[in-house]
Amino acid sequence: MTAPQQSVDVFDQQTRERAREIVTRYPEGKERSALLPMLHLVQSVEGYVSPAGVAFCAEQLGLTKAQVGAVATFYTMYKRRPTGEYLVSVCTNTMCNVLGGQEVYDTLSETLGVGHDETTEDGKITLEHAECLAACDYGPVLTVNYDFFDNVTPESALDVVGKLKSGQRPMPTRGARLCSLKETALQLAGFADEREGAVADGPAGDSTLRGVRLAQQHGISPAGFDINTPIPTPSKEAAK
Amino acid sequence: MTTPSAATLAKLTPVLTKRWLSPDAWRLDVYERLDGYAALRKALAVHPDDLIALIKDSGLRGRGGAGFPTGLKWGFIPQNDGKPHYLVVNADEGEPGTCKDLPLMSHDPHSLVEGVIIASYAIRANRAYIYIRGEAVHAARRLRHAVNEAYKAGYLGKNILGSGYDLDLVVHSGAGAYICGEETALLDSLEGFRGQPRLRPPFPATHGLYASPTVVNNVGTIASVPYIVLGGAAWWKTMGTEKSSGPMIYSLSGRIKNPGQYEASMGITLRELIELAGGMQDGHQLRFWTPGGSSTPLLAAEHIDTAMDFESVAAAGSILGTTATQIFSDQDCPVYATYRWLEFYHHESCGKCTPCREGNYWMVRVYRRILSGEGTLEDLDTLLDTASNILGRSFCGLGDGATSPVTSSLQYFKQDYLDYIEGRKAPKLSAHALAGAH
Repeated sequence: MTAPQQSVDVFDQQTRERAREIVTRYPEGKERSALLPMLHLVQSVEGYVSPAGVAFCAEQLGLTKAQVGAVATFYTMYKRRPTGEYLVSVCTNTMCNVLGGQEVYDTLSETLGVGHDETTEDGKITLEHAECLAACDYGPVLTVNYDFFDNVTPESALDVVGKLKSGQRPMPTRGARLCSLKETALQLAGFADEREGAVADGPAGDSTLRGVRLAQQHGISPAGFDINTPIPTPSKEAAK
Repeated sequence: MTTPSAATLAKLTPVLTKRWLSPDAWRLDVYERLDGYAALRKALAVHPDDLIALIKDSGLRGRGGAGFPTGLKWGFIPQNDGKPHYLVVNADEGEPGTCKDLPLMSHDPHSLVEGVIIASYAIRANRAYIYIRGEAVHAARRLRHAVNEAYKAGYLGKNILGSGYDLDLVVHSGAGAYICGEETALLDSLEGFRGQPRLRPPFPATHGLYASPTVVNNVGTIASVPYIVLGGAAWWKTMGTEKSSGPMIYSLSGRIKNPGQYEASMGITLRELIELAGGMQDGHQLRFWTPGGSSTPLLAAEHIDTAMDFESVAAAGSILGTTATQIFSDQDCPVYATYRWLEFYHHESCGKCTPCREGNYWMVRVYRRILSGEGTLEDLDTLLDTASNILGRSFCGLGDGATSPVTSSLQYFKQDYLDYIEGRKAPKLSAHALAGAH
């Protein structure tokens, strides 16, 4: 067995600077708050939280590796083994499930030849079944690196992963053009998505707009809204 | 598609969702053209206590599920105590069925930022955090972009708009743990720990983030604040009911023709919501539904005329929750639906409290047995007994929520359970599933 890599070998100067920037977001003496974003940061370098990543966070924050490890293993999004370039998450919670999400997951699992939290041999795709992804009005949904593909069927899901495997990046239904899981992790660490136009991607979907469009079509809006309505000032009257 | 009646259409109240129609409302310049940051200018001109009084007067109640009066919560923050105060926005949307906060943050992020600044000013906080669910990456992109724009425009940072008031706002992404939607688990997570709930009292109002006075509010709650500041408490109360004021975003999913977000006057009924959504899908009849997420007890078709406000849903035996209205039909099985929710609670239980950790583990196994055609009548007693040993016996509401679908489905759909047990219904799971591959 080889000794775990030392964090000094893995994380470059830029990562160290980013780690320091994360710490400045929190009050003095409360540096431990930086731990979750810092775990996303080490994942952005290695694609998972490795023993070296745990050691790096511990060094930066003056914690023990046991303290960092206890946190890293609690949260689903910190991966404990190397992951693919793309994390494909299929919602199999109740609503997506009854609308066909389970068949989508089963089909992908069979075709890719991997189970939950496993990665294809070419290192392209890690598959997982996910709990509610907060898009029930678009169910069944899957996400690729957490950007949404809505109203999927086994066929459309196979099309998405087929493209990913062949090196293409299909456009999500909502959300930005795809990037790698490592790049997504850097954004999760709190750093801006620097890709030109990526923040602007992702128009509102039909389900999102249904109620407000219906109101617009029928000319309905709450009556009596006047932005110049004064704010009552009881505090002044009390001071008199 | 048949058009909803005029009376039903009149219940639509596009307020928080209105800017979603403007594709670029997430950009500061567009937001400003659409009344953006006008509320902040108004708010900074009055005493913070006047804002707390205004929110109290509006009757605004928390949109995260519990419905606690927002102004009262703000008023609990001790003033002149010499301690830093914090505002923490709970944007960890993940209650099964709930999908209203992600679109709001994606399409109108500045409304949340503006609400944060006003609320922080009211409670005298100089630091605020938005704890956003990790998986919500695109909403987080838009939100971080909005925060950066707000800093550059002088809406955040030092001496905001020349008022002398300072505020720093950080968007903090979670990492995949439903439990962090529970406010004290969220605070522990934000402090860099495992997200596990704290024993209360003391409450966050006095011992919250870093053991300092803290307000934790949901996205929808905080995003409502600028509208109340602009339109006034009396206008806000023209919508909703006496005790459940204002508009509410109802998230409709499932067996309806047009699932989606429908912002309506609080107290609208499910029948009216289904009408707005174009009716049930062809060949589907309403059978069971959740008023506000899977942690709220299931209701049946007979409850279709229940007014969806806090009081009326409670009177019907459930909870308004997050108004995540999941609609199931006669082609869906309440036993299987409950089983999938139980798998969720089992996976998401943080493990701190024994009743929740162990109870959910065992209930999942009992459900697998029933759905595999191997269940016994005794299993139903075991489920009820387990549920009653979880309910009220854990630190937070996750365990309580897990019992909701169990007890309510047994109340309304016991026959479905009996059909599996007595062999009238084909097993939904195979013996393979019994081996526990999930």
